[in-house]
Amino acid sequence: MNQIWNIARKELSDGLRNRWLLAISLLFAVLAVGIAWLGAAASGQLGFTSIPATIASLASLATFLMPLIALLLAYDAIVGEDEGGTLMLLMTYPIGRGQILLGKFVGHGLILALAVLIGFGCAAIAIGVLVEGVELKLLIWAFGRFMLSSTLLGWAFLALAYLLSSLASEKSSAAGLALGVWFLFVLVFDLVLLALLVFSEGKFSPELLPWLLLLNPTDIYRLVNLAGFDGANAMGVLSLAEDLPVPGAVLWLCLLLWAGLALLLAYAAFRRRAA
Amino acid sequence: MNAVEIQGVSLRYGNMTALHELDLHLEAGEVLGMFGHNGAGKTTTMKLILGLLTPSEGQVRVLGQAPDNPDVRRRMGYLQENVMFYPQLSGRETLQHFARIKGASRQQADGLLDQVGLAHAADRRVKTYSKGMRQRLGLAQALLGDPRLLLLDEPTVGLDPIATQDLYVLIDTLRQQGTSVILCSHVLPGVEAHINRAAILAGGRLEAIGTLGRLRNEAGLPSRIRASGLQHRERLLQTLSLEHSSIRPLGSDGIELTGTSSGKIELLRQLLNQDQPTDIEIFQPSLEDLYRYYTERAGKALVAEEKA
Repeated sequence: MNQIWNIARKELSDGLRNRWLLAISLLFAVLAVGIAWLGAAASGQLGFTSIPATIASLASLATFLMPLIALLLAYDAIVGEDEGGTLMLLMTYPIGRGQILLGKFVGHGLILALAVLIGFGCAAIAIGVLVEGVELKLLIWAFGRFMLSSTLLGWAFLALAYLLSSLASEKSSAAGLALGVWFLFVLVFDLVLLALLVFSEGKFSPELLPWLLLLNPTDIYRLVNLAGFDGANAMGVLSLAEDLPVPGAVLWLCLLLWAGLALLLAYAAFRRRAA
Repeated sequence: MNAVEIQGVSLRYGNMTALHELDLHLEAGEVLGMFGHNGAGKTTTMKLILGLLTPSEGQVRVLGQAPDNPDVRRRMGYLQENVMFYPQLSGRETLQHFARIKGASRQQADGLLDQVGLAHAADRRVKTYSKGMRQRLGLAQALLGDPRLLLLDEPTVGLDPIATQDLYVLIDTLRQQGTSVILCSHVLPGVEAHINRAAILAGGRLEAIGTLGRLRNEAGLPSRIRASGLQHRERLLQTLSLEHSSIRPLGSDGIELTGTSSGKIELLRQLLNQDQPTDIEIFQPSLEDLYRYYTERAGKALVAEEKA
């Protein structure tokens, strides 16, 4: 446990030192405040509209951003230390590979969680203070759910980043893989699912299709945030989820499971990596 | 208990054999110099001792236990060749990071910075360090937690002559305190006086191991004795018994005797019985000579093997 924290605190202090934490927090705060007040500008409205609308816009933005930030933060965690020559030194110390990996996960995970808390938390406070007649209970509940699920989504992609960082032989190929993973889950996956839906013309088992959404953490994340509001405007493949017979708690569990499984796979890959 | 016990260890990667049936032990408080060309198996042997590689055959025990045992690693220090650190951390932060992982104290980390002569640069980032400074930091890192076994891979690379000398003095001190040391080096001059035994590796095989005296005898390389200020040189040239040795005049009043290492004491005794030289110099086969001899022998054996 102690050893895990020893690695985590170094990652955490790195995150403070190279201003990652500051930059992500600022980015989140600016985006959240911007979306809350200007998000409805396209439909001709200026100013704060409603909490559900704000959360829905924020969630669709975070679907793109969180995976990208998590992958950027962690894609070189293993291969970068290997190339830098510090990994081998570390492995001659009384510390196991599992402890190294978990330590990095805790450190990076805390950076992401803190950035979400500071960035989106500030936006929530701003809304609570500045918007007249806002329902505080709903605000806290909605933002709490949004921030927690965003953090979990980030963690799932951190774990995926460790997996490809353990598999890659060079930092540059890890960066390429990270980009590929981002494209796959954030852009390609839904398109493939839609294509499957359209071209199969109902031959593809309609019961099975909604379950496929669970294979993508970003889809689970969006479901979690949409499920919070009755009759929220589910678009695209997400409308499939109306047929998905699972309660919200299961979706949360799936998101956690994603992070856990990816971390296990990363550990397996890291163990096989030559010293 | 031996600090390191390697028995019948072979290491293969696919078709390539990196180590052939290596037998090697290191006693407590012993300094072993390990020499060989690039690819001879020095670093591989170190990685086996560190538990970073698992032998295909044979057994490695370190401080009486399996090498990847955390207790063993706490009592082992390693300086890798071309040691690298986190560029964004300062020297002090680096050392404290590794001290925490090894369970060593902050005070020791700071003390070591002083000991390796980095106190003045302790709070500068490592990326501003010269190669020699990084090497010193690497040494400090290896000394964290008072190791019983120290593995130094090319420790003098990047060090100036004075720092190199300081390193050797440190190794002497550690040896007196009972620490066992394995020292890999390409730089042979100067090492001789600080090692108990030398191991010469070639092509993944242990070509020779022993004290320098033993290796000299085994190799049968000539030693030379030069004596000057002799009063009866002509008589000496006639009378010195010259079994396995030769004699020739040198300058106006000197001679040079060339013979095997084992015969040099007898020659000296005869010389001093018959004359009173004003100066005597003895040139023994150096570590370089032995290294050349054994690696060439290994090369010839390899060629013969390939022909057969």
